Amino acid sequence: MGDKCKRILRLLTIFLKIGAFTFGGGYAMIPLIQKEVVENEKWITDDDILEIVAIAESTPGPIAINSATFVGYRVAGFWGAFCATLGVVLPSFCIILLIAAILDQFKDNKVVQYAFNGIRAGVLALIVKALWTMYQKAPKGLVSYIVMAGAFITTAFLKVSVLWVILGCAAFGLITSLIIERRAKQ
Amino acid sequence: MTIFLELFWAFFKIGAVTVGGGYAMLPFIQEEVLRQGWLSEAEVINFIAVSESTPGPFAINIATYVGSVMGGQAEGLGLFGTILGAFCATLGVVLPSFVIILLVAKIYEAFKRSKIVKGIMTGLKPAVVGLIGAAVIKILQEVFAPNGWNMALFTNPATYVSLGLFGVASLLAFKKVHPILIICLSAAVGIAAGFLL
Repeated sequence: MGDKCKRILRLLTIFLKIGAFTFGGGYAMIPLIQKEVVENEKWITDDDILEIVAIAESTPGPIAINSATFVGYRVAGFWGAFCATLGVVLPSFCIILLIAAILDQFKDNKVVQYAFNGIRAGVLALIVKALWTMYQKAPKGLVSYIVMAGAFITTAFLKVSVLWVILGCAAFGLITSLIIERRAKQ
Repeated sequence: MTIFLELFWAFFKIGAVTVGGGYAMLPFIQEEVLRQGWLSEAEVINFIAVSESTPGPFAINIATYVGSVMGGQAEGLGLFGTILGAFCATLGVVLPSFVIILLVAKIYEAFKRSKIVKGIMTGLKPAVVGLIGAAVIKILQEVFAPNGWNMALFTNPATYVSLGLFGVASLLAFKKVHPILIICLSAAVGIAAGFLL
């Protein structure tokens, strides 16, 4: 078996493990990816990981998938990317299929319904926390605040489709940054 | 049969345009899933809790879940429909990421320096904050006023239980208590309140 083949298989098992044991999604996976791929396998460096996270944040899709695909590609090309992505998705896929069947069984159970009544209030708190984290990470400045307010009002109250809000904000960011840059040059 | 294409397409759109990961996808998922009548608002929120308590990214988890539920309802397919539905939705949410990252990996240096990418990101990063804010409003409504805002809410003890629970859960969340513990506590309070009230 060639060296590349071994790497591809190893990528699959590493990302299966990461997919099966990380709770909390993308960002929670980064330290594990770092440990396995940088420290144990020494395939890439810490700087690479920082770059990969930066790219994963600025491309569409879940951070976990983006990072897995990118790491896999860096380490072993297309099939590396494929196996790393498959590895990170497969555990979720199987676990949720199982959970879906269980949830269906208990859907009409009174205790479960009561539990979820409470859980929804807890989830609200978790999302408010996520909102705060996102706010702290977002750039501050006039353009940012306009976009935040604009996206919030159009989605929450004017019921504009999220797709159009996202495309509009992207266009607005691009146009304002090009204008600001042109002004700075003059 | 069209349900499988619809699942793929809905999650493909979500995967292709939402940047930022985690709950940045939530507003778009809420919109698509509610518009199609696949889940109710309450079911989406319930599933956030399920996803927090199981491994894997939220986007993958909810795609697989919605896909399996809707595919399972396809006539005459049984378990195969469940798996096919889950597969189509999950493939939809993963495929854009996969293709885009492969492209970006090839033009990596140009991507990193691109003024266009930077410009778009100056719009998208704050947009995510506004969009999650909108998702919070929706969840707030479902938690405190599932049947609409009216005076009866003031006399309903459930309102005060939710308020108190939300307050305590927020405090714990900001103190960085693990989400699973917060969900367990909320479930316990919910069960107690359900039997006592």
